[in-house]
Amino acid sequence: MARILSYRQALSEAFRQEMERDPTIIMLGEDIAGGKGAPGDQDAWGGDMGITKGLIGRFGEARVIDTPISESAFIGAAVGAATCGLRPVVELMFVDFMGVCFDQIFNQAAKFRYMFGGKARTPVVIRTQIGAGYRAAAQHSQCLYPLFTHIPGLKCVVPSTPYDAKGLFMTAVRDDDPVVFFEHKLLYDKAKGDVPEAPYTIPFGEAAIVRDGKDVTIVALARMVHFAQDVATDLAKEGIDVEIVDPRTISPLDEETILDSVAKTGRLVVVDEAYPRCGMAADIASLVAEHAFDDLKAPIRKVTPPHTPVPFAPELEDAFIPSRARIADAVRSVMRA
Amino acid sequence: MSERIHAITVPKWGMAMDAGTVTGWHVAEGQSVAAGQDVLDVESTKIANAIEAKVDGTLRRIVGQVGDTLPVGGLLGVVAAPDVPDAEIDAFVAGFVVAPDDGEGEGGPRTRTVVADGRAIRVQETGAGEETVVLVHGFGGDLNGWLFVQPALATTRRVVALDLPGHGGSTMDVGGAGVAALARVLEATLDALGVERAHLVGHSLGGAVCLVAAGRASALTLIASASLGPAINGAYIEAFLAAERRKEMAAALGALFADPALVTRPMAEDVLKAKRIDGAQAALRAIAAACFPAGRQADDLRGRLAGLRIPAQLIWGLADRVIPVAHAEGLPAAVAVHRLDAGHMPHMERAADVARLIAALGS
Repeated sequence: MARILSYRQALSEAFRQEMERDPTIIMLGEDIAGGKGAPGDQDAWGGDMGITKGLIGRFGEARVIDTPISESAFIGAAVGAATCGLRPVVELMFVDFMGVCFDQIFNQAAKFRYMFGGKARTPVVIRTQIGAGYRAAAQHSQCLYPLFTHIPGLKCVVPSTPYDAKGLFMTAVRDDDPVVFFEHKLLYDKAKGDVPEAPYTIPFGEAAIVRDGKDVTIVALARMVHFAQDVATDLAKEGIDVEIVDPRTISPLDEETILDSVAKTGRLVVVDEAYPRCGMAADIASLVAEHAFDDLKAPIRKVTPPHTPVPFAPELEDAFIPSRARIADAVRSVMRA
Repeated sequence: MSERIHAITVPKWGMAMDAGTVTGWHVAEGQSVAAGQDVLDVESTKIANAIEAKVDGTLRRIVGQVGDTLPVGGLLGVVAAPDVPDAEIDAFVAGFVVAPDDGEGEGGPRTRTVVADGRAIRVQETGAGEETVVLVHGFGGDLNGWLFVQPALATTRRVVALDLPGHGGSTMDVGGAGVAALARVLEATLDALGVERAHLVGHSLGGAVCLVAAGRASALTLIASASLGPAINGAYIEAFLAAERRKEMAAALGALFADPALVTRPMAEDVLKAKRIDGAQAALRAIAAACFPAGRQADDLRGRLAGLRIPAQLIWGLADRVIPVAHAEGLPAAVAVHRLDAGHMPHMERAADVARLIAALGS
């Protein structure tokens, strides 16, 4: 039966249920057991956000492996283990640190199936945190999912709700291709919702329609989906009926649901917390401009941060993140056009 | 509060509903209404339906205007006799207090899992009374499909809705998967609930299940029932099983209703959510293979209707595109047949009529 769970609880439950179902699933990452060698419980920490707490006690050191701080080594080890028959779920704490292991991801994991003529499988899930607003400065606050979406051979998942987080994780871990799974650090506790207790999957490449509306389509990801919902509730009082589409997976991308929605509303606002250049907002805007130009009643608007590093000063960080007020202004502007 | 003044309030259609929005009034202030007449339309985030008058009288006040969103239990309008003074009506409106929406608590639906014959079965109970009505959904449905008839029946009865194995929140272990195996689960569920006999109400596949379990019935209502003839829309069953995406499922579900526009996005998503539970797809395929092999119905239970010693009725939609209404022909005269202007889902499309027929047979 469904219960109200947080995004963190939904993910923890998904990890536990999948590891129980499939003994080939292993977990690797920095501090994912945590507290090792320290006084107290061995899994006192369960990762820097407590998402993997309890797993080592249940599944043991052979399946829940604390790694040294050497991302290139343990991401490479996970990719290699995947090619040899295991299903590793590897956590790289913050997406910001991914740069040191790009070769293992971009040029190895993403290419094996293609370069071995379909004979190689690489069922690895790389979990990582994204997002600003945590007062963690420029090296711990980026979204960066566009970098991975750019690479053919990688699947990219950006869940916004507890229901989606659990179901999409289960699909990811059962998938035979490398999947990068992006978790917004400000959703772990703030996003809550109905989650069935039984295991379930959500297919990749199907966007969620978070809200039905007829006037404007907002396409948003991760934390921005929640901002868009707040804005839609406010704008309803002004008589503006907003539809919200959450792609959920950006590779593959559900182009059909986005185009169908714009065909209905004739107006598009794309909200993305990632940097604006070569990002998902630009990508989705170009998709609609190319395939649905005749449906548009107004220019497409993008709401993104500026092209700058994420500031550390709280006032500047808040100004960097797309705000509800900026999203509402963008919607009003396409209604006037 | 005067018994001569009746409040029309926002109903609770399903556990998730906490508010309703008025989308239209069929009656103007000052016009008379008859009990059972549709008075206004209300929609929740999931579903839209009409609200009917419970008593004869005059619609004295419209409180919920079109576009207003009110909480469950909120006052929509007031029906009273024409001779009730205006001041009394105004005082009633001014003094109206919304009863707290207690969700799962006393009076609201109580959902739990019981163990029946070793298997986990989700049941939802509403209301209380001497009579027990048990609602059994059809293939691919679940207990939420009864949300429009539950409230009306629960005013004076204990109403139990359950999820068959392979459906909703129940076990995905369907055992033999045929009608007889599902009927054993129904009987075991009645045992677990301490219900000796009840008015069994089954829709489609659930109708066949209730017919097999009729030994436990004090009365029997079969809605668009399976197993009364060989024909079934095999293309619908296959499309339902094959649908993985929202658009495919919405298209498939269109066959259930006389007006396919009744299929909403949340309805298609709720069905998909149930189908995406581990094991559900295999369970549904097993049931379809056992009950509807090769686009035909495996069982013919018409003979069982002849031997019944209890009140029994059939309800069928004239525009049913899943199981033909012709299957209601040629049955024993003691079994009343009510043909309604509906598709395969009369309990959703003509909920008030269906609730009235169920109530009338049981009493």
